[in-house]
Amino acid sequence: MHGTDPASSSAGRSPALAEVDRLMTICNACRYCEGLCAVFPAMEMRRTFTEADINYLANLCHQCGACYTDCQYSPPHEFNVNVPAAMAVARNDSYAHYVWPGFLAGVFNRNGLLVTLLTAVGLAVFIVGFVLWVDRAALFAAHGGDFYKIMPHNAMAGIFGAVALYAVLAFVISLTRFWRDINGGTPIGLRDFGRALIDTFHLTYLHGGGGGCTSEDKRPSPSRRMFHHFTFYGFLLCFASTSVATLYHYAFGWHAPYGLLSLPVIFGTVGGIGLLIGPAGLYALSARRDPVLTDVNRRGMATAFIAMLFLVALTGLLLLMLRDSAAMGILLAIHLGTVLGLFLSLPYGKFVHGLYRFLALVKYAAERRQGTFVE
Amino acid sequence: MASSSVFDETYDVVVIGGGNAALCAAITARRAGRSVVVLEGASEFYRGGNTRHTRNLRCSHDGTAPTMTGPYEQGEFLDDLYRVTGGQTDKALAELTIEKSRELLSFMDDVGVRFQPPLGGTLSLGKTNAFFLGGGRGMLNALYRKAEDLGVTCVYDARVTGLTIENGYFVSAQVDHKGAARTVRGKALVAAAGGFESNIEWLKEYWGDAAENFIIRGTRFNRGDVLRLLLDAGVQPVGDPTQCHAIALDARSPKFDGGIATRLDSIVFGIVVNRDAQRFYDEGEDVWPKRYAIWGRLIAQQPGQIAYSIVDSRSIRLFMPSIFPAIEAQSIGELAGKLSLDAAALEKTVAEFNAAVRPGSFDHTVLDDCRTQGLPVEKTHWARAIDHPPYYAYPLRPGITFTYLGVRVNQEARMLMADGKSSGNMFAAGEIMAGNVLGKGYLAGIGMTIGAVFGRLAGEGAALHARN
Repeated sequence: MHGTDPASSSAGRSPALAEVDRLMTICNACRYCEGLCAVFPAMEMRRTFTEADINYLANLCHQCGACYTDCQYSPPHEFNVNVPAAMAVARNDSYAHYVWPGFLAGVFNRNGLLVTLLTAVGLAVFIVGFVLWVDRAALFAAHGGDFYKIMPHNAMAGIFGAVALYAVLAFVISLTRFWRDINGGTPIGLRDFGRALIDTFHLTYLHGGGGGCTSEDKRPSPSRRMFHHFTFYGFLLCFASTSVATLYHYAFGWHAPYGLLSLPVIFGTVGGIGLLIGPAGLYALSARRDPVLTDVNRRGMATAFIAMLFLVALTGLLLLMLRDSAAMGILLAIHLGTVLGLFLSLPYGKFVHGLYRFLALVKYAAERRQGTFVE
Repeated sequence: MASSSVFDETYDVVVIGGGNAALCAAITARRAGRSVVVLEGASEFYRGGNTRHTRNLRCSHDGTAPTMTGPYEQGEFLDDLYRVTGGQTDKALAELTIEKSRELLSFMDDVGVRFQPPLGGTLSLGKTNAFFLGGGRGMLNALYRKAEDLGVTCVYDARVTGLTIENGYFVSAQVDHKGAARTVRGKALVAAAGGFESNIEWLKEYWGDAAENFIIRGTRFNRGDVLRLLLDAGVQPVGDPTQCHAIALDARSPKFDGGIATRLDSIVFGIVVNRDAQRFYDEGEDVWPKRYAIWGRLIAQQPGQIAYSIVDSRSIRLFMPSIFPAIEAQSIGELAGKLSLDAAALEKTVAEFNAAVRPGSFDHTVLDDCRTQGLPVEKTHWARAIDHPPYYAYPLRPGITFTYLGVRVNQEARMLMADGKSSGNMFAAGEIMAGNVLGKGYLAGIGMTIGAVFGRLAGEGAALHARN
């Protein structure tokens, strides 16, 4: 019994893929949740579910939880339908499935440990490096906010440029694997990218179809979406801050430190505050969220990522506040160390969810435009 | 909210039941300032009776609702109701239901129920029915949130075992709450506890042992205990006690609470045979939405209450995917073996059917000209030879949705006693009184219409009575 017996479905598949397949067979015969998000309309365009279909649907799922609280078949019903949790497991598996290089697939299972180690490496690099190469007196002296007195700009740009290039390479290869697998022959237009961008920036599907997420209790609430917005836009502003500063440096020859009312400092400050509020809020919500809705064995992935964002923002803001004092040197080492840890872990942690989801949304936009529902 | 203290009070309004009708009554009475208790026989997860498995609400509207196409005028609604009931309806109550249905979209919106436009498969109902976002359980969750916010006391696992009724006047309800006997007193009663479709013993009074093989689409809590208590206390019955809404569903479904996902839409695309491998009814009599509700009764009348829908590879993708996989075979004989049917008999039935199929152009979206000629049981539309292997079968059993027997009410949702007088303080809403309006047949979403309209009327009436 395909729909109700996990043991007999789709021999040879991983338990996570087989479970999503089982659930989608039930959901496709019910369809009451079709207004909640993108997953169910995408499901309705199919009769059967290949592994690629499942990886696509799993990454389309925003884990808002609405379909669980609305489901007539969720536990204790014997059909035991729990789409958010099954999708979360399949999604986390999919990151490992497509990751480059492939031998790093296991890092998504012990993600907290990995991120901690990378951060420790990052901190060690800068603290040890500063102690070894920077003059003692200079390290603990006030420099009026001039970081380059401690570390030359080219050295800083070189280290982070190299790590960023590596991260981009890892993303491109992993995401290409994912995209080739899920897309099949659906023609993609520019407007599908546009639609997906809107859905990403708006978090259209972290909304329970308009009611909100099931997060801190059984009541739908907009809180998770709101804190995600703080995090996402905070991250983008920090990215913008660095980009503008790079432009200033190379294009205009305007060198740091920048004034408090300069664009890099304004973007970085506002973004940094967003990255304090957003991750703190998401952590508080996830701690109170019913674990039944999650991939309980890999909750560390999200925790590690939001902890890193919080630390980067916190150390960055402290550095800004104290950049004129003698503490600048050591704060700079700590901030750069955490940023390095974050950069190194980007391709191997929760950050990838946004990229995979964006591509799933592109495919959904194209399907929605061209596809037909199975009746 | 299930401590013993909730049982010591006297409430203005006691609502028995926990579905759409019960909650509409409770919210309405509470908004009128009355103290209200809801006694739900099921656990919190299984709350809501058949509302759990509903999906939409039929309502007359002017066409301005964003999630509906329209308009759906009252006259058209009434015509639809007359058509399906064959006139077996209380005309005044039917007109009242339809008139009041125009208020439901704004009422539901106001209490937090959300709607969505229908997608594939249900588009044809977009004009007449408003679809709940997240289905019936999503709707129930919203109603319960509103009721709790307003201060309605909701008690789960509260099974009503007795009613103290004096001269048509409700005094108290006896409740089995998790094994403890309790009493709840109230100034007015709203009975909204549904029908008796899950009560196999009761069904057997009319169906005999065949009822043992029925599958019940809703929860096991729809036992009709309150309906029985009211009828025994002298409330006037309405509706044919022998009738129930019965469809064909997959025989592999759970005994209770399989809901919507267990239905099968394959019947019109092939043939249906009984345990003896014989056809017994015109599978292509009319379009499926108009005929799906006769198949439960048809199968209930077959030996062993079992039948098999058989299609071939040309048709397997033409209907909604179902929860259980089709039983597949390369030949009719092999299929018979897998179904434990007599192979020679099934081969003969299929061969005779195939030979009787007249040429035509197949179109499953209209009443096409593909039919058989010369069979004792003809198939009058969509008849195509079953000769493209692999062959597929689905086992079918009767699936009971609801029963028609209820209590008679007037235009205030007030129960009428056997002597024709109206009860002093007893009101009814939902499936327990739907037989007043829906004497037979079914119209998608009408159960929710009746529940919400009479729930609100009962809530108003009970609140008014309790205040005086």
